[in-house]
Amino acid sequence: MKLAYWMYAGPAHIGTLRIASSFKRVHGIMHAPLGDDYFNVMRSMLERERDFTPVTASIVDRHVLARGSQEKVVDNITRKDGEEHPDLIVLTPTCTSSILQEDLENFVERASMTTQSDVLLADVNHYRVNELQAADRTLDQIVQFYLEKAKAKGELPEGKTAKPSVNIIGTTTLGFHNHHDCTELKRLMADLGIEVNEVIPDGASVHNLKRLPQAWFNLVPYREIGGMTARYLEDAFAMATVDIAPMGVVETARCIRRIQQVLNAQGADVNYEDFIDHQTRHVSQAAWFSRSIDCQNLTGKKAVVFGDNTHAAAMTKILAREMGIHVVWAGTYCKYDADWFQEQVSEYCDEVIITDDHTVIGDAIARVEPSAIFGTQMERHVGKRLDIPCGVIAAPIHIQNFPIGYKPFLGYEGTNQVADLVYNSFTLGMEDHLLEIFGGHDTKDVITKGISADSDLAWTADGLAELNKIPGFVRGKVKRNTEKFARDRGFTAINVEVLYAAKESVGA
Amino acid sequence: MTLADTKPQALDFECETGNYHTFCPISCVAWLYQKIEDSFFLVIGTKTCGYFLQNAMGVMIFAEPRYAMAELEEGDISAQLNDYEELKRLCLQIKRDRNPSVIVWIGTCTTEIIKTDLEGLAPRLEAEIDIPIVVARANGLDYAFTQGEDTVLAAMAHRCPDKAPVLEAEKKERNAISTLLNFGKHKDDVATADSEYHDHPPLVLFGSLPDPVVTQLTLELKRHGIKVSGWLPSKRFTELPVLEEGYYVSGVNPFLSRTATTLMRRRKCKLIGAPFPIGPDGTRAWIAKICSVFGVEPQGLEEREAQIWQGLEDYIQLIRGKSVFFMGDNLLEVSLARFLIRCGMTCPEIGIPYMDKRYQAAELQLLEQTCSEMGVPLPRIVEKPDNYNQIQRIKDLNVDLVITGMAHANPLEARGISTKWSVEFTFAQIHGFTNARDILELVTRPLRRNHSLKDLGWDKLVQEAASV
Ligand code: SF4
Ligand code: SF4
Repeated sequence: MKLAYWMYAGPAHIGTLRIASSFKRVHGIMHAPLGDDYFNVMRSMLERERDFTPVTASIVDRHVLARGSQEKVVDNITRKDGEEHPDLIVLTPTCTSSILQEDLENFVERASMTTQSDVLLADVNHYRVNELQAADRTLDQIVQFYLEKAKAKGELPEGKTAKPSVNIIGTTTLGFHNHHDCTELKRLMADLGIEVNEVIPDGASVHNLKRLPQAWFNLVPYREIGGMTARYLEDAFAMATVDIAPMGVVETARCIRRIQQVLNAQGADVNYEDFIDHQTRHVSQAAWFSRSIDCQNLTGKKAVVFGDNTHAAAMTKILAREMGIHVVWAGTYCKYDADWFQEQVSEYCDEVIITDDHTVIGDAIARVEPSAIFGTQMERHVGKRLDIPCGVIAAPIHIQNFPIGYKPFLGYEGTNQVADLVYNSFTLGMEDHLLEIFGGHDTKDVITKGISADSDLAWTADGLAELNKIPGFVRGKVKRNTEKFARDRGFTAINVEVLYAAKESVGA
Repeated sequence: MTLADTKPQALDFECETGNYHTFCPISCVAWLYQKIEDSFFLVIGTKTCGYFLQNAMGVMIFAEPRYAMAELEEGDISAQLNDYEELKRLCLQIKRDRNPSVIVWIGTCTTEIIKTDLEGLAPRLEAEIDIPIVVARANGLDYAFTQGEDTVLAAMAHRCPDKAPVLEAEKKERNAISTLLNFGKHKDDVATADSEYHDHPPLVLFGSLPDPVVTQLTLELKRHGIKVSGWLPSKRFTELPVLEEGYYVSGVNPFLSRTATTLMRRRKCKLIGAPFPIGPDGTRAWIAKICSVFGVEPQGLEEREAQIWQGLEDYIQLIRGKSVFFMGDNLLEVSLARFLIRCGMTCPEIGIPYMDKRYQAAELQLLEQTCSEMGVPLPRIVEKPDNYNQIQRIKDLNVDLVITGMAHANPLEARGISTKWSVEFTFAQIHGFTNARDILELVTRPLRRNHSLKDLGWDKLVQEAASV
């Protein structure tokens, strides 16, 4: 048993259902107790999904426990087959119902004797893997199922597409800015003259999976989901994989160069150098931002980074390489893939932290008192308590990660978004200057700070008048710092002298 | 209070035993830990339970609140580890870090399936580490959503002191709560305060309500000279109300049938079965019933009700003649439907996860009476509904408003069907006269929203002719 307050990645069945419900006309059936069907809530509320989530809970209750689940599960599969006519039904237990150790494989066999749709049992070990690993596995399982089936029937299309083409693998429902990333990747591919063969799983039809091998290469933008599928396609169909996340100016260029290499190796003759140069210097604003005075003020500032492998690694590189920011530590919660992360970021930060314990991360933030945090919603919250700004760069997702406006993290538009995020996360320019004068960035005494909101100290008229002259956006902070100073020194009233004594003491 | 007391049911009950969406009952920790300020809730379950609390409830476990997961790992499930030692380790840590007055263990489906004997372990551990441990099995195998609170309150009912402490100085005091309330007051004040009340047997109310609502309902009864001796739950575990044999109890929520049973059978209290104090009609009926049990003549109760209705008229105009459909989620459905029918709405169907016809008897009777007085058909009451079938019925009936769980709200809206989340009624302050308007504020919001957007033609925002 372990005491847990917070999870960075969800349980396995969430990953399986993210894949199943990303496809078109695939229905997920959860063999689970009543309260486990919150995936539907997450999808319809967080993602503001207009359609009914194609997931049904086949409810395990006392009655079912006593009689065994077979009849109920088979009934529900058959029923959904008749009601919704999906192409595929994916059955998954949750970690709770997997304890029952029922022969779900057998249920699936029984049900598929009568169904029109294909039926699969998600082949995931619910005791051992988390949401991300399960998603990776389920996608691989579905792709293999349909490719093997097509192969057996002799339905695999021959050869490659005439023009260079790509499969984009790993875009899912409830993924961190996945929809916007996908749009951006499609634009990028169009700019490079590459046709998008298939995007899986989001919006894909399982019937089109047999077309996957026609593409010239597979692009796997996220380290977490899609890798297993790409490896399978590599082994079974000798397809090339590009698994560099095009996040940040430098990595985007590296990704494009790798694509160029892969295409040219298959007989194309492309040269993307001019494109990269043009995008970098004139189209993307990020490189110019790095050069601008705004960013100059960021030089040497301290930041920490935490998230999933993809985003934490890319962000670390952007901060260190492209903006001259000092990354004190970078961390990931993808413990199962820690070596990769180590290798990616070691040279860009002082320390690497691998943990899925949020308290370790909270303490690590408090310890280094960075000027900005780039992390998950959890770190954003830690930042709030410590009064350190935080840019959210990774899941677990939150409704704020489904912005209405276009906010990709990948590609050249992604570089702009990330630059904005960085800029807005640091307190800069005028504000920063004033904070320095009045001793801002107080991160030590959180408790006193909370109390000083409704003050026990009196401000004299002249003190208040002076305070009011300070620009509004830093006034609260100056007020708190001054009050803290006054409290420490035992003043009961704050006049203009005390205000400036506070300023001086900070300067000292 | 049994069905036999009431006239033969004309209501149509059916159990669809379908696939329906609701929240897991462990969600009750989200409001109970706030209500009981010196408590700590430990949910003993899997990652699935934890992720539910973190995510679906929207109550992110950020500021280390007074609840946590005891996450069962493979070793626990395969019984390689010793439950007692594991729980002891965690509870000692909680005691050291948070020092609560009580730790509430919330059992889950997993502890049911692997048959962890929480009730057996708790007394031993309580004795060893010297902190009260209350066990509630709020699992999703047996219960739905709000019934989680029922399991916790039923368990806590056992912990209420059974004898009012008799203090030397204030022998007159009947129980600990009033002693505390009057702490520091002069004797004379206390005497005057008491004279405002009729002499009636002690009354304890059960159900977790936000503190302002507790005060409102307590004062509402005080108007009629009825004194509330205490509430279960109290704000602090250490201040649980005294329950002596023969005390009267009354529930404020329709999902508390186990608590009611426990209070009657185990604590030998007398249950006042009344409609629930939701809506002016329900509140009036609730007060009137309590008064009648104590032989008290209510003072100006009807006038007060009438005055509240007057204040609702502008909202009622928006819903009069419209229809409302309850998909079923939090067990507040019957009370809300009864109030909305009184407001002039019609209600073809009340879906509900679980229907205790005995505990809800007075409420069901009021529903019938309301329908006949308003001249509208009785709703059919569908227990454990099937959401898929319900959506077909909603389309067939062309209802004006659907009260639904969160999973279906956006898809229904996208198909031009107005919705309100049922969970909002769980969390909003809806009880008593004062808050009747808040119910209508919620109910009318989608209709008012429609009114402001009506000229834009944005009714249907899905492409296929709504392939549900
Ligand atoms: S239904 Fe059971 S397993 Fe699921 S969240 Fe609730 S208690 Fe946990
Ligand atoms: S170990 Fe398994 S059963 Fe336990 S929480 Fe993780 S996935 Fe669920």
